[in-house]
Amino acid sequence: MAEQNTSGSTTAGSIEVGTAGAGAQLAGPGTGRAEVRQPIDARVAVEPSYDVTDFPVPTGREEDWRFTPLHRLAGLHDGTAVSADKGTDKVELGLPDGVTAETVGRDDARLGKAGKPVDRVAAQAYSAFEEALVVTVPKDAVLNEPVKIDVHGEGGVRFAHVVIDVKPFAEAVVVLNHTGSGTRAANVELLVGDGAKLTFVSVQDWERDAVHTAQQTALVGRDASLKSVVVTFGGDLVRIHPRVTYSATGGEAELYGLYFADAGQHLEHRLQIDHDTPHCRSNVVYKGALQGKDAHAVWVGDVLIRAAAEGTDTYEHNRNLVLTDGARVDSIPNLEIETGEIVGAGHASATGRFDDEQLFYLQARGIPEEEARRLVVRGFFAELVQQIGVAEIHDQLMEKIESELAGVA
Amino acid sequence: MATLEIRDLHVSVEAENGPREILRGVDLTVKQGETHAIMGPNGSGKSTLAYSLAGHPKYTVTSGQVLLDGEDVLAMSVDERARAGVFLAMQYPVEVPGVSVSNFLRTAATAVRGEAPKLRTWVKEVKETMAALQMDPAFAERNVNEGFSGGEKKRHEILQLELLKPKIAILDETDSGLDVDALRIVSEGINRVRATGEVGTLLVTHYTRILRYIQPDYVHVFAGGRIVESGGPELADKLENEGYEAYVKGGAVA
Repeated sequence: MAEQNTSGSTTAGSIEVGTAGAGAQLAGPGTGRAEVRQPIDARVAVEPSYDVTDFPVPTGREEDWRFTPLHRLAGLHDGTAVSADKGTDKVELGLPDGVTAETVGRDDARLGKAGKPVDRVAAQAYSAFEEALVVTVPKDAVLNEPVKIDVHGEGGVRFAHVVIDVKPFAEAVVVLNHTGSGTRAANVELLVGDGAKLTFVSVQDWERDAVHTAQQTALVGRDASLKSVVVTFGGDLVRIHPRVTYSATGGEAELYGLYFADAGQHLEHRLQIDHDTPHCRSNVVYKGALQGKDAHAVWVGDVLIRAAAEGTDTYEHNRNLVLTDGARVDSIPNLEIETGEIVGAGHASATGRFDDEQLFYLQARGIPEEEARRLVVRGFFAELVQQIGVAEIHDQLMEKIESELAGVA
Repeated sequence: MATLEIRDLHVSVEAENGPREILRGVDLTVKQGETHAIMGPNGSGKSTLAYSLAGHPKYTVTSGQVLLDGEDVLAMSVDERARAGVFLAMQYPVEVPGVSVSNFLRTAATAVRGEAPKLRTWVKEVKETMAALQMDPAFAERNVNEGFSGGEKKRHEILQLELLKPKIAILDETDSGLDVDALRIVSEGINRVRATGEVGTLLVTHYTRILRYIQPDYVHVFAGGRIVESGGPELADKLENEGYEAYVKGGAVA
């Protein structure tokens, strides 16, 4: 929405095959760096690892930690959370016929297949969890209702591990819903088998004081498709990190996100799509609204197209709507391209304000201020909610947006 | 009968070196059924008058009164003024991304009429009005003013005028930037509203061109933040021939 806005900032770029610059690494405005540098993972100093001790304690100066207020992480980053009060969850499962859910120990062979933790907090979660939840959708099963995992935090520190294993040619919608309170570091693995279709919805509807970090690592099989939907409304600090890699050609990933940051909330979404396999597609749309003093949203979208990934088609898009003064958005799309033999690659980021002129225009037609604001925000999100196209969460999303708006002073 | 009375209106804007007075004592009465043309050179303050009447927050009324049927308009919020029957067709309509024209029109009509219009008659009403303004029905699904051409924006303003049926319509340079065809279509829309006899029209314009389509009852020359001469339609002919020079040379314009 921001090209039209007089204030705020806009960056947009796209690369098409055959144009000058295709195949080169992007630098300059919107790429998040001033000069051409090494591929994305190279600027993160530490190799991915399951072991927390392989990562130094972040100081806040690291590229992947510079936006996160570490002092509000409740010790998840420096090891102190491990010795803090152990928390409890109430987990309720809704399992359609044929779907299994097992609680397993750390040594279960099905864990750790999607990919390794890439930062200290994710590695901490991997090093400290005691039991994992493994949900399996059997081969060829086409579910006509969603798998529901309702997690209600009851306080204290939790380290969680969830594996969603969707076997070949199965089709499933999985909704992981977070409510309640506490401090939580988690890894979620999404295994999307060959020809399978998984829609994974992660809703962060926490109480205001919760702290939640999660790495959601997906491995997309041959001709498989993943739709990831991340919805963040609640919590004091939420940092969600969806990652996608492809195990074979023909994979497809759509990543959608919707967030609404209120006064004082830090909502961070960073995602990485690693195109290391030919003929895969990805599309990212994240939209967020902010209102209130010190509401802070961070969006970092890293897309890497490696030399081998010919025929890649990718686009990423982040839009933010700032409703009041005193809110802050950091939006950084990063696109690195190591081959020119691609279908397309692009990114756009725009942050706009709901400004006085829009308000005046709507009010001048008799529409009261609060309703004008609602009209604009509803409009801003409605398109995305349509695009997400998951009927099971459609109403819940629109209702949450309404109730967030009711909080506008 | 609805009457808008503007009495000794003074308006300032915040400038770099303190407030700057733009309107310096405007007196004008517009009655239902009448059409007043406010004409003046650039920078004379005529758009400021239009926006001040609608309540734009950029403008501060320092003294004077605006009454609509005796009610204090200046005490009302922007949306209250609109609901009381004041309509401003803007020179530069604002883009509102994410809000469709149809949603916007219905929300506005609901607010102004005090109840949601009945769906069936409403759809018909919108369709017919759009057809009269030669607007493509697909417009209804586009976002408000987003990507509209200059002419489309003005038609959209007049569409709202026709649907919201105000008591007082202030048209701020509705003619600027329109080609001849668009000017004719937009003028016909304004004339349909005038023909009801239920609206007082304040036509703010730089050019006399639109007055070939819309015959005013009164013409006022605006210069230096106030009305400096008033007359009948013949005053417009004089301006057409002689321009604004006589008024600007007076040195009233800052």
